[in-house]
Amino acid sequence: MATVETRKLTKEFTGHAGEGVFAVNGIDLAIKDGEFMVLLGPSGCGKTTLLRMIGGLEHPTSGDILIGDHIVNDLPPRARSIAMVFQSYALYPHLNVYNNIAFPLRAAKMPREEQKKQIEWAAGILGIEELLKRKPRQLSGGQRQRVALARAIVRHPNVFLLDEPLSNLDAQRRASARDELQQFQRRIGTTTIYVTHDQVEAMGMGDRIAVIDKGSIRQIGTPEEIYDEPADTFVATFLGSPPMNLVKRDDEILGFRPEHFFPASQAGSTDDLVPLQFTPLREEYLGAERLVYGDVDGVRAIARFPSTTHLEIEAGHKVDFAVRRQHLKRFDIETGLRRYGAG
Amino acid sequence: MSSQLQPIAPPPIESGPGISYNPRTARAKRIGARAALYSTAMFFVIFAAMPFAWMILTIFKQNADLYQQPMQKSPFSFWGELNQPPTLENLRFLLWDTNYLVFVKNSLVVGFFTVVITLLLAMPAAYALTRLSGGWGESLGIAIFLVYLIPPTLLFLPMTRIISELNLKNSIWSLVVVYPTFTIPFCTWLLMGFFKSIPWDVEEQAMIDGYSRFGAIIRAVLPLSVPGILTVIVFSFTLSLHEFVYSLAFVTSTANKTISTGVTTELIRGDIYFWQALMAASVLVAIPIAILYNLFLDRFIAGFTLGAVKG
Amino acid sequence: MAAPIAPPPTVPRTAPDTNRYLLDREKFLGPIMLLPAVIYIVALVGVPLVIAIAYAFSDVTVGDQSIDWVGLKNFRNSWGNAAFQKALKNSLIFTFVTQALVMILGNILALVLASDFKGKRLVRFLILLPWATPVALVAVGWWWIFSPPYSALDYILREIGALGPGGWWSNDNNAYWLALPDRAQFSVVLVQVWRVLPLATVILLAGLTAIPQDVREAANLDGAGYMRQLVWIRLPLLAPIMLVAFLFGTVFVFSDMIIVYIMTRGQPNDATQVIPHLAFMRGVQSGDLASGASVAVFLFPVLAGVAALMLRTARRAETS
Repeated sequence: MATVETRKLTKEFTGHAGEGVFAVNGIDLAIKDGEFMVLLGPSGCGKTTLLRMIGGLEHPTSGDILIGDHIVNDLPPRARSIAMVFQSYALYPHLNVYNNIAFPLRAAKMPREEQKKQIEWAAGILGIEELLKRKPRQLSGGQRQRVALARAIVRHPNVFLLDEPLSNLDAQRRASARDELQQFQRRIGTTTIYVTHDQVEAMGMGDRIAVIDKGSIRQIGTPEEIYDEPADTFVATFLGSPPMNLVKRDDEILGFRPEHFFPASQAGSTDDLVPLQFTPLREEYLGAERLVYGDVDGVRAIARFPSTTHLEIEAGHKVDFAVRRQHLKRFDIETGLRRYGAG
Repeated sequence: MSSQLQPIAPPPIESGPGISYNPRTARAKRIGARAALYSTAMFFVIFAAMPFAWMILTIFKQNADLYQQPMQKSPFSFWGELNQPPTLENLRFLLWDTNYLVFVKNSLVVGFFTVVITLLLAMPAAYALTRLSGGWGESLGIAIFLVYLIPPTLLFLPMTRIISELNLKNSIWSLVVVYPTFTIPFCTWLLMGFFKSIPWDVEEQAMIDGYSRFGAIIRAVLPLSVPGILTVIVFSFTLSLHEFVYSLAFVTSTANKTISTGVTTELIRGDIYFWQALMAASVLVAIPIAILYNLFLDRFIAGFTLGAVKG
Repeated sequence: MAAPIAPPPTVPRTAPDTNRYLLDREKFLGPIMLLPAVIYIVALVGVPLVIAIAYAFSDVTVGDQSIDWVGLKNFRNSWGNAAFQKALKNSLIFTFVTQALVMILGNILALVLASDFKGKRLVRFLILLPWATPVALVAVGWWWIFSPPYSALDYILREIGALGPGGWWSNDNNAYWLALPDRAQFSVVLVQVWRVLPLATVILLAGLTAIPQDVREAANLDGAGYMRQLVWIRLPLLAPIMLVAFLFGTVFVFSDMIIVYIMTRGQPNDATQVIPHLAFMRGVQSGDLASGASVAVFLFPVLAGVAALMLRTARRAETS
């Protein structure tokens, strides 16, 4: 097991016009031993490049990568004691499941008897003993994922690197795979770095989340911290579905989650209420909840209610809505950064 | 919640015919189209295959049947009133009384070594151009491909000089040295297409799993490139059998000639043509090559289309 | 929470070796893999190409291999030479006529092969035969077809009343395809068309099948009939690939000497003489390397033009 750390890690590519483009721009990240760290960000934000640098598939332009307190910048992937699961699972199409799992063991020149023992162990954990003779093309998406995981754990790596491993699964299968994967990581206790653009995966699985945008880290924290106390407007709108409402007020931006936005008439106590005029325009009924789309001061805003709540509102007519003070986040209008303290 | 949106109305169409559809004329049209399709296909098949049919027929003709003067009976039949039955004598003559089998052997040896040299040089080059070279790989690949277009008819004079400097004149090894000049460019290009279609993931996974870059190529890329390698083998082999100009320019002794020059220069003596044997010599080589070529056709075409066709 | 998984006991793994991983380094591996092919091509194509051009400006012969500079003398000699003039004219005309026919027939044939019908695989195989077979060998076959008095073609023409006493085309028993100038030229072009047509067809066919199904379905829904779709959708989308087919055919026909060598040797009276064959006759058969090379370099401008157009096509394909 090992810690993973990056120090001022930077990767510069050459753009189309020959200009430098920073895919990763000076990232400092310290991942604890056994931690499940999620790198979350929109596509093209640099999270995959960061992961590939940790894995040794890309060479950093500057900065250091440390695995277990050793600088590994110049080590090729095979010398880093890591395992990686790609988005495509990258199973070797010409080998059956058994030989796929055996592949890293053969590279390490492990004796055949020992290989067999390790493969049976890994296959047992992931429940794929029946699939060992099959070829990858005969497997379902979920089965492929398990084979890829088995291949990853079979040689007891110090670190797992997972690059959007659930994105090829359908929505239903993804929910259960999420659960399986997290259980599995908790039991095996290996340091894991997980890249995704899906906030639900990030919130549900990560011990901590690093939100990345344009090659830089915007915020690192537990899912609760990231959701409840976003460090800037990017994080505020990237997490949450629907995202946080942002409304300009005086010289700052006010942010509030749709679930914290409700008609003033429904408030019990009124002493900590911040009133806002909401013009509802359209309603979406989603079964367990309903979303009301409208605007506040000419800016799009959304309110979210449990379906059980009864609402008396009419499209196009202004209603007095409110947000409780502790649910209101304030951001700098210039930088988008969070303003802390009373306001 | 009620919505207050303006409905959209399209502008009215002032004039013009609508789409008319008459089932009966449509059916007639379909039958007509079908007939046109089959007759066109038939025409082209006859145009393409007739010479071969006549060549094959000739092989089994007896002399008296073929060389009739004036021609009174159909040369296309064996069982006409005046025709004579088919014979295998011409094949026997070709195989045992001529140097045909020597030419075949020479061609096979040249083809084999051409294939080996092509694979050894084109595979690493194609891999390097697709994976290890950044942006200029594709451009250099196209440049190498264009070398394929430089014809033997432009190069054979200096080539003859080079071959005699190498002391290879009149030897089949001169052809082994020269043939890769046109197989390597095309095969490098073909293989680039193949390597591009192999997912990088698999290769990187092999590196993660404990192999060096080179090890990953051997363990993960090569097994997946088998179809590409087969294509290259077939293509360079057939190209080397097709070649004529270099062989004609470099090799003059009968014992070292290949099929394409041996058949066309040695089986024709003065005014006496052994037409049946000549046709047999051509067909015996031509048909197997054509079948082989046909099996790999789609892959060759992918190379020929320069990436202007995707999918 | 589930119990932690204990890994089974393992044998000690080999420690990662920390030497400077030569075979991992792309900057090292790339050139090492590329160089053999590049060296080979430079040595055996690049160098000969330069020598070929040098020959053209020298007085080198088989007897005297030293390259002495004579400037444009060879070209002046060639230029005034009747055989050369005929060869140049024939090369250009044969290539152009062949390619014009091939583009028309190739498009028709590709459209035929793009539709579904029974026996399509067999038809495709038969149509491909001419391209898949060694040129020298099929040229011998055609020679046999054209050669009197046993010409199979003449026999058919006699049977349909075109040839022979009282024939509506000629009273001769044979057409002497390779002995009369215009018929010999016709025969050479016919065989060139026959040989290159399959290549053009399969290239065009690849282009046709690559036209996305949804584009055609959209056109169907928009009510476009077969001809409208052909003119407005298929042919325009096919244009780049047509250029590719045209360029390949041009190179193959323009630089070919085999068909002429086997069927006519440029005869009668240089009526079928072409540049590559003339270069071969002068350079190899007469041993006048300089004169042969000065003829062969006339292939160069056409090839360079084709190469430039191909580069442009490939670039476009790359960026699209």
